[in-house]
Amino acid sequence: MERIPILKIGDVLLASIQIDLQDRDVLALQEDLAEKICSSGARGVILDISAVDIVDSFIGRMFATIAATSRLFDAETVVVGMRPAVAITLVELGLTLGEVRTALDLEKGLAILAALGDRTDR
Amino acid sequence: MTTGPEPTDNLAALLRAGTGALTRRWIELAAAPLRGRLTVAELERELTELFRALVAAVESGSRDLQSEPYAEVRALLSDMSRHRARSGFTPTETAVGVFTLKQALFELVDRAEIEGDLREVLAFSLLLDALGLLTFETYAKAREEVIDEQAEQLLELTTPVVKVWEGVLAVPLVGTLDSARTQVVMEKLLESLVGSGAEHAIIDITGVLAVDTQVAQHLLKTVMAARLMGAECTISGIRPHIAQTIVGLGIEFGDITTKATLADALRHALTRSGVTISSGRG
Repeated sequence: MERIPILKIGDVLLASIQIDLQDRDVLALQEDLAEKICSSGARGVILDISAVDIVDSFIGRMFATIAATSRLFDAETVVVGMRPAVAITLVELGLTLGEVRTALDLEKGLAILAALGDRTDR
Repeated sequence: MTTGPEPTDNLAALLRAGTGALTRRWIELAAAPLRGRLTVAELERELTELFRALVAAVESGSRDLQSEPYAEVRALLSDMSRHRARSGFTPTETAVGVFTLKQALFELVDRAEIEGDLREVLAFSLLLDALGLLTFETYAKAREEVIDEQAEQLLELTTPVVKVWEGVLAVPLVGTLDSARTQVVMEKLLESLVGSGAEHAIIDITGVLAVDTQVAQHLLKTVMAARLMGAECTISGIRPHIAQTIVGLGIEFGDITTKATLADALRHALTRSGVTISSGRG
């Protein structure tokens, strides 16, 4: 099983998913992220799924679960780089990502987190 | 339709004997309704070839158009009919190409220019009817192909994604929306969002004449999908009676932004992306 690397940039954690996700990968990522947020005190999490072209309902739910978990540590989650086919699949599956923020690419995702950070600092 | 070998051979012999007179008269009759839209030389080449194949098939003894000896006749006739359908001939003008052979034969037999008894002529007549039906079937099929192609082209033509501002895309929809088209719009829009990195999209339905629950459902899905990808989607240009239909059908647009006109939607998108507009004066 491959572990998805979690990178820390400033106070943002970045998980870039480059493999076809299996259910156990997803569970491992959830665990790793929770631990990493807790230990690093990150304020934001970015899930880069620009390389993912197949999703199922389980993975769809993962985004919401990760967002809910990280919110408990006061960290916002942004899912970036979702492909059109993936978006259509998720909509057809009837999944909305709830409170998860989304952005077209990594840069815009970082901008969203920066804007959120500014607001809370003030 | 199967007759004994005896009359079969007679028919073949009859056709072969009358080849010259028959084809000449046939071409004459077939050329008349086409009114010069096809050159006589072209018609002559087609019909002579068809006649030759037909005689060869009849000589085999079979009277079944679906049987092996008729393969060449079928192929020639299909080609001819398809060509006619593509070049805009009417069904009559197409079918007349086959049925005039019957007329030519009847005339010649009537004038006793060629020898033929009733049984042979009837058998040949039945065969020609079958050929006529084949012509028509191919013609209809070719026309359907043309229609399908046009529908596909229309699908491509009528769904442009235009960039109206830095980071703002618009899709002006015109005509009737059905599931297939909304699907194309959805895919094209989402691809363009990725390609251009635009964060706002406007679906303008000013030119749409009718919206039903299914179309509304597709529009909603498009907006949701765009949202999942991190872009905001606005629907604009809902006509008054469409608005009434939407409310009447009980379709919920939820928290999706809808604006009256494309201008309003653009203003909304610009405001959201932090662009301020001021008039040039002052």
